[in-house]
Amino acid sequence: MAVYEQKAVKKAPSNSKGVIHWLKSNLFSTPLNVAMTLLGLAILFWIIPPFVQWAYTDANFSGETRSDCTGDGACWVFVKMKLDLFMYGFYPQEELWRLKSVLGLFVVQLFAFKFFKSIKHKFISFSIYLIIAFILINGGIFGLEIVPTDKWGGLMLTIVVAVVGIVFSFPIGIIVAFGRASNLPIIRSVCVTYIEFIRGVPLITILFMSSVILPLFFPEGITFDKLLRALIGITLFQAAYVAEIIRGGLQSISTGQYEAADAIGLSYWQKMLLVILPQALKVAIPNLVGAFISLFQDTTLVLIIGLFDLLAMVRITAADSTWLGMETEGYVFVTIVFWAFCYGMSRYSNKLEKQFNTNLK
Amino acid sequence: MMSALRNQKVRGILFQILTVIGLVAFLWYIGSNTMHNIEQRGIKTGFEFLDSTAGFGIDETPIAYTETDTHGRVFLVGLSNTLIIGFVGIIFSTILGLIIGVLRLSNNWLIRKMAATYIDIFRNIPILLQILFWYNVVLKSLPVPKKSLEFAGDIFLNNRGLYFPQPDLNSTTISILVSLGIAIISIIFLNRWANKKQENTGEDFPVFITGICMLIVFPILAYFIGGANFNFDIPALKGFNYRGGKSISPEFLALTFSLVIYTATFIAEAVRSGIEAVSKGQKEAAASIGLTQFQALKLVILPQAIRIAIPPTINQYLNLIKNSSLATAIGYPEIVTLFSGTSLNQVGQAIEIIAMTMLVYLTISLVVSALLNWFNHKMKIKER
Repeated sequence: MAVYEQKAVKKAPSNSKGVIHWLKSNLFSTPLNVAMTLLGLAILFWIIPPFVQWAYTDANFSGETRSDCTGDGACWVFVKMKLDLFMYGFYPQEELWRLKSVLGLFVVQLFAFKFFKSIKHKFISFSIYLIIAFILINGGIFGLEIVPTDKWGGLMLTIVVAVVGIVFSFPIGIIVAFGRASNLPIIRSVCVTYIEFIRGVPLITILFMSSVILPLFFPEGITFDKLLRALIGITLFQAAYVAEIIRGGLQSISTGQYEAADAIGLSYWQKMLLVILPQALKVAIPNLVGAFISLFQDTTLVLIIGLFDLLAMVRITAADSTWLGMETEGYVFVTIVFWAFCYGMSRYSNKLEKQFNTNLK
Repeated sequence: MMSALRNQKVRGILFQILTVIGLVAFLWYIGSNTMHNIEQRGIKTGFEFLDSTAGFGIDETPIAYTETDTHGRVFLVGLSNTLIIGFVGIIFSTILGLIIGVLRLSNNWLIRKMAATYIDIFRNIPILLQILFWYNVVLKSLPVPKKSLEFAGDIFLNNRGLYFPQPDLNSTTISILVSLGIAIISIIFLNRWANKKQENTGEDFPVFITGICMLIVFPILAYFIGGANFNFDIPALKGFNYRGGKSISPEFLALTFSLVIYTATFIAEAVRSGIEAVSKGQKEAAASIGLTQFQALKLVILPQAIRIAIPPTINQYLNLIKNSSLATAIGYPEIVTLFSGTSLNQVGQAIEIIAMTMLVYLTISLVVSALLNWFNHKMKIKER
């Protein structure tokens, strides 16, 4: 007769959960993985401690002049002293309150966006904000002194160029996209030519064209200032990219939608603006945000045609004879600013993408 | 009359006629203004300037050029520098992009996160800022020629550029180059033959390993066949700088580094999305019919991933070439710097010069998009 004995209960293997298990399966699972982990750690060790030492441990934060830069590391005193230049360029000191109130109004505007539910109200409040911002920055009425555009600069100019580029390229892009998708051969080919031409050449050549050739196109007496010429170039450039993205959105709309709109007797513009465009925009929004990120990056190119954007300000301030050798600090600061803006926007677009994805399913 | 206006076809035609009239009127308006303005300012027209002497020196000339050459020659020098930076940039950004893209999907947590961080950092910094950073901060802070950094004895890096030995063009060098060419061509044919064999018999032939062996063995053989005689021109410090050997300017280095680092982030994302787009079922199916991991990768996963990854990658190549025009900010003599910059300043014929520059980029992008169409057509899933 067989005797059955109960064996002692085995403990669950200790390495199937917890920190050790995680380390084992994620960092040290195979010899190759071990080598990669060590290599990764070595690279991190090679980059991060020296950077922290330069940017923080050995850095100077307090003081007001070049002589306060005593440490071996970065001298953030430079950035601190030049912050107004980085932010506002050569905008007159006594008028800076105008730019600061534009910034303050932007916060108000953000709250308004939360408060207004309908898109129409949001649109109206944003338009009003843009008009007020323009009046405040430019001046000319209500007793505000005109600040000529060659005094505009720094981050403020970067944002002005980006915002103008976004706001104006959007309607142009939509119209060109409609033309591109239309079945009228002449209109379609005009739009295709425009899109393909702009997308085929670098922005810098467009900027050269708008700054050198554009004045030749108009009769004498009509003059554009440098900033306006750059803005025209950037807007026309961006419009082609916006058009191509919206066209992608339009293509994703089924013909049933067009036919349904026709069937209930909507006109072409009613059909496009009320039925097709809202759906197409929803598909296109993540890509549009992507295009606006690259526009924001591209605004740096205006320095090549002689405008003083944020990046240009670094080159100017670094050439200041009382602050020689501070180029690195300036570049690192500007890099962080640009990075924060672009990274923020790309996170936002990821969020939007997820949001819209669930809606579609 | 009114009812005719409500007809969609009539309205379409009317609308197009109006567009044409508007467009012609606009072009005529700016055209006549331009003619008038050009006459007023005494700017010449036409392309005669291409035959006039340029009179300025250029630092990097891949084709023969002297100060007495014409503006037409300047155009060609600029064009060849643009093509060189494009070619070098595309090769290195593809390699870096592939590596980062694959590491991004590694099962090692640390490596995966590091690759993701790399992408998040560098794609969100404007390319012009990166170019200026490399040029003005990193490369300018390198030591002066007398205190150059030395690598492997004969390679020198200083703030005037990178200097390395260049083998003389003798029988050994030539035979090695020829052997590399032969190796590449025979790998292409071998691959075709192996694919055919696999389709007919199902037997696999290790093309990848054979190919790598060929790439190593052929040049070694050629080295001995060619006389086993390398003669290096080694850079040496003479006066204030290194002479001899091959040198790469800091402008070129800064431009290549930043373009490669920036473009690689986008290529890495394309590679990743391509690999991720292949559904898990495909891998499982490949495993269940008994393919090895390598076979599954080669026969099932990569063919599907490539179809998705290549079009965005080619678009990035185009972007890289267009971005190379930013060289004008640091003075690397490519077409925008030389032709739309220096030549334009001398000649003053903005319209002709900028049109020619744009035409170069348009041609490149048309060629690339034709290539892309051909690829899409070839790669289209052949449904039966």
